[in-house]
Amino acid sequence: MRQETVSTSTLALEARDISVVRGGVKVLEIPSLQVLPNEVLVVIGPNGSGKTTLLLTLAGLLRPASGTLLYQGQPATTQAELLRLHRRMAVVFQEALLLNSTVWDNVTLGLRLRGVAKEEIKTRADKWLERFGIASLAGRQARTLSGGEAKRTSLARAFVLQPDILFLDEPFNGLDSHSRQAIIDDFEGVLRETRTTTVLVTHDSNEALALAHRVIVLMDGRIRQLGSREEVFSNPVDEQVAAFVGVENIIDGVVTSNQGGIINVSIGPSSPGSIIEAVADSAAGEKVSVCIRPEEITLTVSRASSSARNSFSGTITRLVSFGAFSRVEIDCGFPLVVLVTKRSAEEMGLEKGKQIFASFKATGVHVIKR
Amino acid sequence: MDLILEGIVRAFRLLIQGDPAVIKITLLSLAISLSATAISLVIGITLGTVIGLNVFRGRRFLVSLINTGMGSPPVVVGLIVSVMLWRNGPLGIFHLMYTPYAIVIAQLIISLPIITGFTMASIQQIDPKLRLQLVALGASRGQLLWLLVRDTRLPLLAAVMAGFGSIISEVGAAMMVGGNITGQTRVLTTAIVMEVGKGDFGLAIALGIILMALVYLVNLALTLIQQRSKPR
Repeated sequence: MRQETVSTSTLALEARDISVVRGGVKVLEIPSLQVLPNEVLVVIGPNGSGKTTLLLTLAGLLRPASGTLLYQGQPATTQAELLRLHRRMAVVFQEALLLNSTVWDNVTLGLRLRGVAKEEIKTRADKWLERFGIASLAGRQARTLSGGEAKRTSLARAFVLQPDILFLDEPFNGLDSHSRQAIIDDFEGVLRETRTTTVLVTHDSNEALALAHRVIVLMDGRIRQLGSREEVFSNPVDEQVAAFVGVENIIDGVVTSNQGGIINVSIGPSSPGSIIEAVADSAAGEKVSVCIRPEEITLTVSRASSSARNSFSGTITRLVSFGAFSRVEIDCGFPLVVLVTKRSAEEMGLEKGKQIFASFKATGVHVIKR
Repeated sequence: MDLILEGIVRAFRLLIQGDPAVIKITLLSLAISLSATAISLVIGITLGTVIGLNVFRGRRFLVSLINTGMGSPPVVVGLIVSVMLWRNGPLGIFHLMYTPYAIVIAQLIISLPIITGFTMASIQQIDPKLRLQLVALGASRGQLLWLLVRDTRLPLLAAVMAGFGSIISEVGAAMMVGGNITGQTRVLTTAIVMEVGKGDFGLAIALGIILMALVYLVNLALTLIQQRSKPR
């Protein structure tokens, strides 16, 4: 876990020794967590890992059993301090949670509660309705909106506040795949433009990959790993994290040699002879799992003469396309999952049963002790 | 049959001519029941919202009391109010017995649990996450209560209907604490009871029609409002 050393006053938000107890059970225990200004911090974890509880606690919407929340270096504990925090932030939940009123009323509600001047409300609301493509819906009753329109309304309602911190809890769940992608694209664009400090909770590691600067992996109410997106995704701390964040190739083996930090791992009994090279400090004889991210693997029709240390020939057993990518499953004596762009899949003429070569660098392999 | 026909004919004559006694009774009835409903609304919505939103010791007991109150027999309410307001009773010094105020008090006690109960139920139906969302938008405690009550306006209309309906047509308590004094505490229901006792069916039927019409009009108005804000 990388330690951030930033002085308290420049932090957007800080949690110290937070614990949340429900029914006598500690469902959340966070010794220390800092949200940096202008970062997108994504919390990922399986269902029931305490993600929403963490988000609500950080947003001052759920009182922890113990611990302190600091907003811009100031404690946020009393009713007045919390109201101050709430009037500078915004939250978007999975459900749109609109009032029984028009889109305009809903989008401007936060500004009205905060006592913003009328002319300013109009300017800002017009801008954000436009930005999320719902200007024509301003007069519509909220309950007549489709799921995607309601979600756009709730996003506009959040951004119109120009919040210091934005909290989102599974915001893109429950939308049909078409409007979901369009909304994520709009959201990403807005976020890049405004550089709003953001805490986003999701169970979908693809969202984390797409949006995060830093990632928290939460499991059983504890932070299992916290680091930059690259750190978490290519260096998961343990097998559980690896499995969750989507390192799809996790292969068990035994280290046969270690020469100056480059190890040879012999893969399982079912494929004698297959050796994967990796960069790690494991000693010979050690039982390990090697993790290879699908996007680290290159596919070629003929044996590649690249610098990649690992090259295996295999047969395509399955080919699935989604979005701009194709997921290719290969049998090279051991199963491998590879992610390629749809375009290159077409160029190579990939299909089930085709003979193919898979190669990846020794540095692209992550080794975990078993 | 003649009796009934005669009664109906006389009833319409009274209504069309605008008999002063009939008008006086009707207006008094309306004034008393509307004031009782209005006071009930203010107290009941506040109470129902606070009980609906908060968890505290003794809450379940309080809720059971309110639920019992929703079905309390008006005659018993009349009895209790009588005992309290009686000349030698605890509140006797205010000399409220046999005044319109006494009826308002009795009707308030009858309608308050109904409106409180309805408010409580509709507030509890709100998605708890909507409360969080409103707090997160920067709503203070007062703003939150106001927004929640406003958002449940449709179920609350039902509370008004039920509250007003239960007291405009109530007779036992009005008779007991009002005394059915001509020009002072005679309301539609007590007048009907008396006229039937006297055998004057014409006046009784006329008053009965007015009572029915009033209840219908109030409910029609509320239904129209409710329908207007329903999704098309």
